[in-house]
Formats: sequence, structure tokens, C-alpha cells
Amino acid sequence: MSNIPDDLSYTKEHEWVSGVEDGLTVTVGITAYAADALGDVVFVQLPEVGSIAEPGDSVGEVESTKSVSEIYTPVGGEIVEVNQAIVDDPSLANSDPYGEGWMFRVRMEGDPEDLLSAEEYAALTSGES
Amino acid sequence: MSRPTPLRDVHESLGATLTDFAGWLMPLRYGSESAEHRAVREAAGLFDLSHMGEIFVTGPQAAQALDYALVGHLSAVTPGRARYTMIVNEQGGVLDDLIVYRLADEEFMVVANASNAEKVAGELESRCKAFDAVVDDRSPQYALIAVQGPRAQEILATLTDADLAGLKYYAGLPGQVDGRQALIARTGYTGEDGFELFVADQDAAPLWHALMAAGEPYGLRPAGLSSRDTLRLEAGMPLYGNELSAELTPFDAGLGRVVKFDKPGDFVGRSALEAVKDDPPRRRLVGLVARGRRVPRHGYPVTKDGAVVGEVTSGAPSQTLGKPIALAYVDTGAVSGLAVDIRGSHEPMDLVELPFYRRNK
Repeated sequence: MSNIPDDLSYTKEHEWVSGVEDGLTVTVGITAYAADALGDVVFVQLPEVGSIAEPGDSVGEVESTKSVSEIYTPVGGEIVEVNQAIVDDPSLANSDPYGEGWMFRVRMEGDPEDLLSAEEYAALTSGES
Repeated sequence: MSRPTPLRDVHESLGATLTDFAGWLMPLRYGSESAEHRAVREAAGLFDLSHMGEIFVTGPQAAQALDYALVGHLSAVTPGRARYTMIVNEQGGVLDDLIVYRLADEEFMVVANASNAEKVAGELESRCKAFDAVVDDRSPQYALIAVQGPRAQEILATLTDADLAGLKYYAGLPGQVDGRQALIARTGYTGEDGFELFVADQDAAPLWHALMAAGEPYGLRPAGLSSRDTLRLEAGMPLYGNELSAELTPFDAGLGRVVKFDKPGDFVGRSALEAVKDDPPRRRLVGLVARGRRVPRHGYPVTKDGAVVGEVTSGAPSQTLGKPIALAYVDTGAVSGLAVDIRGSHEPMDLVELPFYRRNK
């Protein structure tokens, strides 16, 4: 059973989101379940700081030994910060997906995509594994 | 529904990520596939390869039957030795690449890829009919465990009295390992020294545990199919379904040396292969090393000045080189200014001689 912190929101694309309730700047990363499914992450491409995204846009990609996945933003707005540490050391996505492995921050505008609670995300992933 | 190997419970207890591969439920990785890859390069890795096919050909004309059925000259192989060879169709297209062990004058074991094992057994059955030889697919009775890496011999030596130091590359001898009957072969698919142990299904789990216990002080780790694929890719070894297929002859794949035209008698595919053996190939199999960090993958186009000049057959991040690498079929004239179209962006690549990695002997 993967680690799914209670205080985060989740997407069906296996990303986590924090800070949505404040409606200001949200932080996005991939879940431990996603990192486990990918295997060792070897490359992370993140969006440009200052770029504007719509909810559901593909804004980057994560490559592992075996596969590549897109990174989506579940909220719209301006990308205000990206995590250079994970670009330099992609293994942070595996070792600390909810902490040092965060990916980017968005200054949220409008409503987010439908997000899942920790409980709902746990149900989703237990159905897939 | 995937078939489990006799080691499924062992893999589950180790927390392996299991995957369907050629109809078998196989360990993809146990933890970090990068760590498994490094363990094989630096110490040793333990692999479950029980999905491979073991097809026995026995009888007074077993050698002649295989000379006819395969492209290699098997009757020239000394008992105790093995050959890398191929089985092709009448058009010369590769049906599988094989390792054939001559166990005795009249006994051969043909090891086929899991995805092709039934097809190969069927082809051998029909091709050997005219000979005094019996084809018996014993894949269900055999498990295969490989110990690969620079410490492999030291580890295995703690469990057997067999003469491992005297066992040459591409040789196999029957022996006892941890008190269990095994065919001990010095073969592998990782670019390292190592051994493959063919044992009865029921001996697989106890042998695995014995090898793990013996290997732990040497840094042995269980290793899954993910690391096996990156290891063989670094070693420039072809994978059936990627670099080899029925649409390609051994010559297309740069492996024409396995076709032995000077052996006695006819063989399946001879006339088709003789007709093409001196043709200049349109494309050749090459190594590509990425300058950037994005990974070329199977099926991606190789380009030069924006035009497609080839296709990637296998690609992965290379642990040993620290860069993404790929095998690709590329037009013979295209040697510089190459790129791979990675989801719309043309990423520059350098063409290199194979293999990417060669161990120090």
C-alpha cells in the first residue's frame, strides 16, 4: 500500500496538490504510487516559470528506465516556481515524492479540475494494483 | 492469465513488482532497477529466467536434424559446448535467436525466447520429422536461474564442486549445486561473466535461497527484467521483437556470421539467405548515444536534416554511460548529424560502435 498523506488532494493522473484550499499558490508533484509504478525516475522536464497553463494542460514529463509520462497541471494559472533540485536529481521523485520531490507551483486562477481526497485516491489506486 | 514461474512466491515475498511478459508473470524489479543494474556490473545479480523455453532434440540423427532446422552448424559442436544460433523461415526471416547446448553426442538442448518457445518447438517438431530424432519441449519441467556479474564464479563456487574455473564461455556441464542436479552453463545476457543454472522446477526455490545466502557477502542482489533489458542493451545484444523479427534476415541484423553455408546438406532458409548474403544492406544496426537527457524509445524515428533515416529498436537511460542510449536501424550512409524524434523534438545523437559497454577481462 502506497503512502497517501491525508492533508493533500489528488488527481486521477496520480499527482498530488497542496494549498488548493487557500486558493492562492498550489504545489504539484507525483504520488508515491506513480513513482513506484514508473520505477527509477531518470529525467524530469518542468514548465517554464512565467508560463500560463489551463487546468489539465500537459506541462512537462517524467521519464523512468522503462517509460515516459506527461505531467499535467490540475489547476490553471501562472507557473511561479519549479523545483530545480528534482531536475538535477530526478531520483527525488522516488525517494521523497511528497517533499523534496515536488515539481512546480502555480498561482491559481479559476477553479481546479475535480480533485480527489486521500481516501478517494486510496480507493482509486487499490483498484488498479 | 499469466503463468507463474516456480519462484513466484519468492518474488512476492521480496516485494517484487510483477509484470506480464510473454504470457508469464515475471519480476520486473525488486526495488530500484538502477541499483540492480549496478549490482550486476559491480558484484552480481540473481535472475529468474524460468520463462525461457528448453526444447530437447535427441536421437542418432539429432545433430543432422538441427543442421537442417537451424542456420548454424550444430553437428560441429563438441559435447559440453554451446552455440548462439537462429531459426529462420523459408524466406530467411528470423523466427528466433537461440542458444543450443550439445549435452551429449545425441542430445541437444535448444533454449528459445519465452515469446517464441511454442513456435520454435512446433517448427523443430516438423523440421526434424525426416530424421531419426525426437523433439521434446521440456519447458514446463525446467526452471532457469542466472547468476551474473564479476563475483558470480566466487558465489557459485561456494555451492558446487564442479570445475567452474575450467568451464569456458558458451560451455555447459552437468553438476550438483547445493546438492541439486543442474546443468551449469557459462552463458548470459548482461555483458558480464556469469552462469545459467537449468534445474528441475521443484528445485528452483531452494536453490534461489541457497544462492541468495551464499551471495549476500559478495553483494548479490535479486535482479528483474527491467535491469536485464538495460544490461543487455549496454552490451549491444539483440532482443527478439526489437532488433530481430521475421521481417529481417540475420544479415539485416548484422549477424550474418551465424549462418553457416559451408555445413553439409540443405537447411531451411538456405536458398533465400544465399540470394541476399552479398547484398549491400540498406540499413544497419548501430548504437546511438544521446547528447541530452531525454530517452529515445522503441519505434521513435531517427532523423538527419529533418528527414527520417532510421528507427530506434531499443532505448534506455544507461547507468554505465550516464546518458540515454539506443539501438537503431539507420541508413548506411547516415553517420553524422543524427537525431531522434522524441515526441516532436529532434534530439541530437552520436553514432557509436557497438557494444556500448565491454567488461574488463
